[in-house]
Order: sequence, then structure tokens, then C-alpha cells
Amino acid sequence: MSLLEVRDLQVWFDLPHGGRLHAVQGMNFAVDVGERLGLVGESGCGKTTALLALMGLLPPSAEVDGTVLIDGTEILRGGEDAMRAYRWTDVAMVFQGAMNAFNPVKTVGSQIVEPMEFHGTATGAVAKREAADLLELVGIPAAAAGRYPHEFSGGMRQRAAIAMALACGPKVLLADEPTTALDVMVQAQILELLVSLTRDLGLAVILVTHDLPVVAQVCDRAVVMYAGRTAESGPIDTLFHDPRHPYTRLLFEATPDLIGDAEVVSIPGAPPRLDRPLVGCPFEPRCDRAFDRCKVDTPRLAVVAARHEAACHLNDVAPAGIGSGVG
Amino acid sequence: MSHAVSADVGPGSPMGRADLLQVHDLVVRYPVRRGLMEAIRRRPRRFVSAVDGVSLSVAPGEMLAIVGESGCGKTSTAQAILRMVETTSGAIELGGRDITHLGTKDLRPIRRDMQMVYQDPYESLDPRFRVRRAVEEPMVVHGIGSSRAERERLTIEALERVELAPADLFIDRYPHELSGGQRQRVAIAASLVLDPRLLLADEPVSMLDVSVRAGILTLLDQLRRDGDMAIVMITHDLSTAAHFSDRIAVMYLGRIVEEGPSRSVIRDPQHPYTKALLSVVPKRDPRERGDPQILQGETPNPVDLPTGCRFHPRCPVAEDRCRTIDPELRAAGHTPSDHRAACVLV
Repeated sequence: MSLLEVRDLQVWFDLPHGGRLHAVQGMNFAVDVGERLGLVGESGCGKTTALLALMGLLPPSAEVDGTVLIDGTEILRGGEDAMRAYRWTDVAMVFQGAMNAFNPVKTVGSQIVEPMEFHGTATGAVAKREAADLLELVGIPAAAAGRYPHEFSGGMRQRAAIAMALACGPKVLLADEPTTALDVMVQAQILELLVSLTRDLGLAVILVTHDLPVVAQVCDRAVVMYAGRTAESGPIDTLFHDPRHPYTRLLFEATPDLIGDAEVVSIPGAPPRLDRPLVGCPFEPRCDRAFDRCKVDTPRLAVVAARHEAACHLNDVAPAGIGSGVG
Repeated sequence: MSHAVSADVGPGSPMGRADLLQVHDLVVRYPVRRGLMEAIRRRPRRFVSAVDGVSLSVAPGEMLAIVGESGCGKTSTAQAILRMVETTSGAIELGGRDITHLGTKDLRPIRRDMQMVYQDPYESLDPRFRVRRAVEEPMVVHGIGSSRAERERLTIEALERVELAPADLFIDRYPHELSGGQRQRVAIAASLVLDPRLLLADEPVSMLDVSVRAGILTLLDQLRRDGDMAIVMITHDLSTAAHFSDRIAVMYLGRIVEEGPSRSVIRDPQHPYTKALLSVVPKRDPRERGDPQILQGETPNPVDLPTGCRFHPRCPVAEDRCRTIDPELRAAGHTPSDHRAACVLV
């Protein structure tokens, strides 16, 4: 049993002018103690929506279905009341741009104490001491607890945002593009911190990003999302060296590498609209290996190797030619 | 792919051609706003040296990448070249002509020669203008094209050059009807109609989706190879710089600390800052998890510059003399003669 397990997660949004948008169309993934899972894909593929669904933080216009298990306990069915018991104390999230989300008129320390007191995990002097410890844990001197957000640099604010997410001792940390706005050196510092948190505390981390090299360097496994679905998931090493979905291969090929002369090629076209039903494989119009069947028949996610799944018809006919490795 | 640059060509002209742009010892200082009390107490006005002695050159058809972290002065350098900010000292020459102190009227024809592509194509295009008008407007401003029909022909030509073809499909659309990549192509087309000699691209793909970035970068690459247009690309992404530019200049706190042919800078970095920066760039291949040399802290505030080498407080190999000696760019050991670094240890 995994620490967090998500089965057949579905999210629909009611559109203001009628109609519905099927943002997440049946996602499955799981993450274990001390594991780092990457969730990658282009903008609009449903990465962030999937995370917000796990946190129960989607707006009222959204409908969520599926199963979310934490230590074997289902948390989605019970609605908001059931969710509240797990949010922040079991599953916490660092939002995109969280470093700019601090209240400017309160000290950083007090903003870390706040969720502890709200959830009753600690109060008063104990909470203050825990906040100081958390700051030290993320690499900020405890004395800085009395400082205001504007006195922190971007990198320090991102560290503090992580400390705030850890305030109630969660087991799973969802991190949405935690390094996107940061410089490469500060990004390296934050990624090193996330790795050390999983290693030293056994925290499970789900890292959402569009940056494949970040996932390649930091995560054990990854889920490649396309049009609200899993295109492929597996160990990151396998995804790079033996991809079983053309989208995975093309995404890697569209990313320039520091060393190496391989041509960088963009993926033509754009992802499909999700406010109408999809027929066939959602990636078919942009795929360089599509054939007749892909237009009409939607591929199901199937096991292609140990802990490696892909949703592509090529795996039934000619799996060898899909990837042949990127590097 | 970077060009192979033969070692016998001198630093100023890597392609063996006369430089289009030459920047000599450029300094850009901004005054720091004083608080009311500081003004009353007549505290001395303080300055930030955003750019502090930058020299660079670009030949026609060449792409130079300026890389560095936020606050290193790369955007200020570009803005000074375009004469969008005042140059404190130094000189900027375009095609051999000193443009550093040209007045507004003399500057107008020069502006046509130097165009800028901005980071955010969502901000740089007017949402009320159709593609037609966005591309035509610069021609109207600069008096290009004798008639409407002529301008339309040039607009269509430019759209097809940026691969928005057939142009009919795009010319009457509004920006909101275009994807991010298409918008950036329109912005590039609006520069191309002026037939610039120099294009400055400030983080041209960082706002775009991974899947379309390569297309924009390949387009810029083709544009400069097809003609004589030179490109200065400003980016924080070393992988992009490595892949598309001929030369790379690495900036730190207002200075170029290392400069040379891309291949040489990436594969054989000389300055400790470049080495650290390259070591932390995430690689695509999960098997290449190297040993990142993570520098602690962040780039210091350019108001209070460190003495000596401005990198010494964060430098892993700094020696005593680094605190006093402010090193100049010079040829680095066994590397090609146009690969230079500013470090006493080189």
C-alpha cells in the first residue's frame, strides 16, 4: 500500500457560458514514503488541477470524482469535512508563486505559527519553537522568524513557503512549479532542499513542473500528462532512455541540453480542447508515429514493463520504434 | 550548434567580418531613491552600478548570448544598447557610428536598425490590434512602404518569414486568438518589417510552453543565418545559449566574467562562477546527475559591491589576493584566444 494513492481522478469545470471542461480525465498515480514523483506536461494539461483536487481546494464550479487514499483511508468521498481533517496535516501544498503569497504586514514566523494553531497541532511557545525549527530545517536562521517577507530574498521566501507548508507535519508535499521564477543557482538550492526533506524526513514529494530536466535530476519516477490523462508513467530513467509514448520522447527532444548537439525540435500543433469529447488518441494530431487506429480508438493506459505504463497503440504493434532513446 | 571559430581570428571579429555592434566599457548607473529622512539629512545620493564596464561586439549574422542571474545587468546592457536608458559612460557603436549620445531626431533611423523582441508576447502586443495592424504599425512609424497595398505585401512577407503561413489565416486575427508561440512570431514579424541589422531578444522563450520554444529559437537561428542580421539574446537558460548562440558572455554583478565561443565556454569553463553555474544546470539525461556545485546565498546587492573581485565572497577557490585585485578579462590558458575570463587564477 502506498502512502498516497490516486485512482481514476476526474475533474470537470462548469464553464460560465454553459458546457463543461473535462480537465482531468482519469489519472492514476501513487507516491511512497521518501519518494519524489514528477508530474510533467504542457500548460493546461491538468497538472495543477489534479493537485488542487487532492487538496480539496478547487472552486465550487468544479466537480471531482475518483478515489484518493492516504495510508489506505479514502478522503475524497466524505466531502469538505473529511478533507479538512487531512489538508495540511497529511497533505500540504506549496503553490505556484507561493513566495509572493505572504502577508506583507505579518512576520514570517507568525505566518508559520498560524496554521499550527488553526489545526491545533501546536500552540503558544511550543508553536513558536517549532516554527523556528522549521525555518532552520529549510536553511533559514531561526532568528529570521521575526522578520517581514519583504526583508527576504526570493530564494528565502520560497524556503519559508516550504516551511509554512510543513507547519503541521504533513506526510506528502505537493510542490507546484516551486522553482520556475527562480534563478538557476537558487533553483539548485531549493531542489537540494526538497531532496534532503524526502531523504531525512521521509516526506513524499509530488513535483509539478514543465521543466523535464528538473524532473530528470530530482525525481525517482514521473507521470507525463497530456490532455488531462496519463500518457506515460514510470521510472524517470526509463522514460528518458526507453519511452513508450511518442509524446514523452518528443517532449525530451524539444528541450535543449547543455552538452550535446542533438537537434532541438518543437512539437507541432497544440493540445486539444477539453470542453468537448475526445475521439481517438488525444495526441494523434501532433504525433509523428500516428496511424489509422489512433484516430478512432482511444488507447488505454497499459503496463509495458515493471512499474512502467503507457497509453499508446504502438505498444500493441511495434513497441521497439517508439522511443529508441533520446540521448 | 555553434560555429567552429578558428583560433587565429582576433577577439573583436569572431566571424572574420567587421563588427556590427561594438560596446566599449559601458557603464549604466541608476540613482537609488533616498527616503525623506535621508534627503533631509543630506545623505549622499547613492548609485547602483547595473552595468559596470562591459565591452562586447557582435558581427553580422552572429548570435551572442548574454547569460547570468537576475540583477547581473544583462537587461540593462540591452536597454543601453537600444538607447532606452542613459549610458553613464562608455561608447556604443553601430556599424562604425558612435550612437551613444545621438539626439532623438538622429536616433530615429538608428532605431529602425535595432529591434527588440520582448519576453512576454502577451504584454508586447496590443490586444485591440489585429495581426495586420501590429505588423504594419512599425512601417507607418518609420515611413516604410509607399502605399497600403505595399505595406500589406510586406506584412504578408514578414508573416511568412516567421512561418505564420498561409498569412491569410493569421493576418486578421487578434492576439487572443493566437497561441503564445504564434504571438511571439507576430512580435518577431513586427521587427522584421523594418529590416533591422541587430535584433535584441530578451528571454524570448521563457514565457512559452516547452513544446514551442524550440520552434521560436530555430526561427531566430534561421533569420540570422539567412541574412546579415545579428542577434543578441539575453537569457538565464544556459542550455538554450549553448545550443543556439555562437558566443556566450557570462555576466555577474554588472561585469562580463567570461566570454568566448559557446562550445569552449560550455565545455571548458574557466571562471569559477561559470563553472558553478554550469554544474547546477539540470541535464535531460537522468543518468547525468552530476555533482552540482551549489553556491550558497544569492547575488549581493549591486549598491554595496565587494572589493577586489566582485565574486570573491561566494567563490569556492578565492585566495587572499582576490579581495584586493579586480581582475580583467584576458585570454584563458589553453583555450582559443577569443575565450577570455576575468579571474586571477586563470
